[in-house]
Amino acid sequence: MTPWTFFLEHRSEILEAMLAHLMLVVTAMAFAIAIGVPLGLLVVHRPTLRNISLGIASVFQTIPSLALFGFLIPIPFIGGIGRRTAIVALVLYALLPILRNTYVGLTGIDPAVLEAAEAMGMTDAQIVWRVRFPLALPVILAGIRTATILTIGIATIAAAIGAGGLGTFIFRGVAMVNDAVILAGAIPAALLAILADILLGWIERRLHIV
Amino acid sequence: MNAKPAPLAESTIEFRDVTYSIGSIGRNSAHALVSNISQVISSGETLVLLGRSGSGKTTLLRLINRLLLPTGGQVVVQGRATSDWDPIRLRRSVGYVIQEAGLFPHFTVAENIGLVPTLERWDADRTAARVEELLTLVGLDPREFTLRRPHELSGGQRQRVGVARALAADPPVLLMDEPFGALDPVTRAELQREFSALARRLGKTIVFVTHDLREALLLASRIVLLQAGRIIASASPQEFLRIDHPEVQAFASSLGALPGAPA
Repeated sequence: MTPWTFFLEHRSEILEAMLAHLMLVVTAMAFAIAIGVPLGLLVVHRPTLRNISLGIASVFQTIPSLALFGFLIPIPFIGGIGRRTAIVALVLYALLPILRNTYVGLTGIDPAVLEAAEAMGMTDAQIVWRVRFPLALPVILAGIRTATILTIGIATIAAAIGAGGLGTFIFRGVAMVNDAVILAGAIPAALLAILADILLGWIERRLHIV
Repeated sequence: MNAKPAPLAESTIEFRDVTYSIGSIGRNSAHALVSNISQVISSGETLVLLGRSGSGKTTLLRLINRLLLPTGGQVVVQGRATSDWDPIRLRRSVGYVIQEAGLFPHFTVAENIGLVPTLERWDADRTAARVEELLTLVGLDPREFTLRRPHELSGGQRQRVGVARALAADPPVLLMDEPFGALDPVTRAELQREFSALARRLGKTIVFVTHDLREALLLASRIVLLQAGRIIASASPQEFLRIDHPEVQAFASSLGALPGAPA
């Protein structure tokens, strides 16, 4: 059986897995952004908290994904088999690029601009929301883009703990020693990553004003 | 020098034995950037703080709008010590122009100039009218420049917008930190001339930091020379060059140097 005929015969199944995959990624990214961006804002003026949170986020990044999924299974509430555990692991992976870019974006602003903002009598909150955040937005978005692509890739491993998605085909194909089945998971996953990259890259460029 | 001597005695700035030191207090290694400065700046005066890099002139400027608080003594602005001022209120009543202009790159020219009025919650029509007035004042055509962004301006135009932004809420005091320092010599001379005329017309109290004696002589109603954090001379431009002090002579000899050479 060629990959192409397998694709055609299982297209609705593949499409379903693609949607499940996308849901995993979107859910995980929503949580990662909801945690990472505010945390980045919070640590701008708190170097100790910054070092701790960036340190923790970096540690998760070094744990191989299959191992992290395994570690999470026995943990109560967030662990177990299925989607919830997978989302927790994906959030942990997505956190570092988002947190780091948020922090770098907020602190990498032209000092003359910040000096002017302070000297014009802007309050700290006004400086954060009207100057730092809008100027950091393209950098923050670049972090979100990196994290999204990373998450699309890692989410294929989530099938190992029963979270579904395109990884299901990849693991099944490996077990069956069948390239066509592996490709039925791998190619759509790659396509998702490329599409996400193009879309988020386009948004990022639109936000660049300088 | 001022067309109309402003009667507002309250807009004076006074340094009372001001010292500003940095460094760890515990290890007794505090380093004074300015020491024991006493100086009265009268209303309507254009005071130029002249000195080499590191002489403490920018520190003095930043003490006026409470970007820094003195570690010794008091800086009194409009009758009140800066330590007693709400820093936000103080800064909104003191205009500030810096070398790189520090315009907000994500704001249009109009939004940059209208910053303080917006923060002060002026209504939109009043802000727009003020922006137009200020653009004309600094020699930029409002029809052409209102909607541009800073990266679409030349260095000289950016600096003009910086001046307009500082003047937006009509502050009685204007602080300028080498505003023309990063410009090419031709544009610099142009802006110096125009600003000199503008300053005379506005009658504001201006404190202007520079290391360029030529600029100081052109703009100042009084020149204060700083060296290593201390005031070593204070004189009108006419008298300044006659002062018998090695640092004054060092600056004076820079006048004879090659044109365009840094003072």
